[in-house]
Amino acid sequence: MGTLHKVSLTVNGKQYERQTEARTLLSDFLRHDLGLTGTHVGCEHGVCGACTILFDAQPIRSCLTLAVQANGHTITTVEGLAHSQSELHPLQQAFWEAHGLQCGFCTPGILMTLVPFLEENPHPSETEIREAISGNLCRCTGYQHIVDAVKLAAEKYAKRDA
Amino acid sequence: MKPPAFEYHAPDSLDAALELMAQHGADAKVLAGGQSLVPAMNFRVAQPALLVDLNGLAELDTIRQSDDGELRIGAMTRQRRLERDPLVAQFAPLLHEAMPHVAHPQIRNRGTLGGSLAHADPAAELPVVTVALGARFRAQSANGQRWIAAGQFFHGLFTTDLTPEEILVEVAQPALAPGSGWSFMEVARRHGDYALMGIAAWVTLDERGICQQARLVYLNAGDGPVDARQAAQMLIGQRQSIKAIEAAAAMASENEIAPAGNVHASAAYQRHLARVLTRRALKQAYERARVNTPH
Repeated sequence: MGTLHKVSLTVNGKQYERQTEARTLLSDFLRHDLGLTGTHVGCEHGVCGACTILFDAQPIRSCLTLAVQANGHTITTVEGLAHSQSELHPLQQAFWEAHGLQCGFCTPGILMTLVPFLEENPHPSETEIREAISGNLCRCTGYQHIVDAVKLAAEKYAKRDA
Repeated sequence: MKPPAFEYHAPDSLDAALELMAQHGADAKVLAGGQSLVPAMNFRVAQPALLVDLNGLAELDTIRQSDDGELRIGAMTRQRRLERDPLVAQFAPLLHEAMPHVAHPQIRNRGTLGGSLAHADPAAELPVVTVALGARFRAQSANGQRWIAAGQFFHGLFTTDLTPEEILVEVAQPALAPGSGWSFMEVARRHGDYALMGIAAWVTLDERGICQQARLVYLNAGDGPVDARQAAQMLIGQRQSIKAIEAAAAMASENEIAPAGNVHASAAYQRHLARVLTRRALKQAYERARVNTPH
């Protein structure tokens, strides 16, 4: 076992402090050390997008960042989206209603990619939606229902904000 | 798919980082955005004994304009910032236009300018753009600093002019002359993938529309950025014409680039793409140059 480093960070609004090896990936740290298994690990080389999280409010690949690098930073994972156990985030609700997932493996990464995207661009075109999710692989849906879900979410946002 | 153990340092000043590099040299590796190094470590293709993490060095995350009009960009500037920075958009439009082609937003949020240049992937966009624009790179070590022209920096596959003790700290990007037009184009199977072929091009026209200077640099066309000088030379002294563009496209795609071919595209197909992209990019560059030419 290598030298341990102290990591102190905020995840989904909660403060955590742990000791970890430098080689621990942030994705594994979230899952194994913090028990937040909503972040999925697919390819572990930055291609599939399943491990996407928000790092200081920006989407990044958690498998391409070391846990020690998150020291002092603010992380949001898919567990941080819904306000309560009984109420989904509007984007999650839209994915449910539009059937935007089948097996669900890619879903956390896609949600974490799209939350900041929709905040910046609340009325995206279909091309923009497809570009936004180009860094996330889904092997079930063929993306069509995901695109439908994003359009539905954009409508929900518009109604909510009206 | 996990990195082997390594020693980790996150210095809080450039001097401290340079000191670590001086001590550990070839055993150490600089960690910039980590978007190429960390996957290589996950695959255990790279097994550095020690990482020097530059992410705490705000002094390397800067974009400013010098008195002589050059853009000075710190090596740790995130690619996402470059993509959105108004100074870059105004004074280095070719760089601005290439940025959305660099992988995906999730990668650009971490990936840095200096990291991509020092990694020297022949299929990457940033090395090609800096060579096309005649950028200069400032490398620093505990013993001092030196400037390296982009054209001399890339030695081949993942190899650069940097010594093991040096850190790339800054990029100086001269502005294109008045009367210049530019273009960046690439063909990728999916947006954000490494491109099968790509080009960064610019031309400078005089008030009569005659080409004074031109540059054509290709990505994924050899073991580094490929600067097609003979093709560019064929445009100089000429007005825009189909004949001149076709001749340059043929010269670059048949004689100057050396694509290796891969599972996604044969070398012959890459040459075909280079020819088509040269045509399209030059057309766009000439159009923009005419808009920018002083009358």
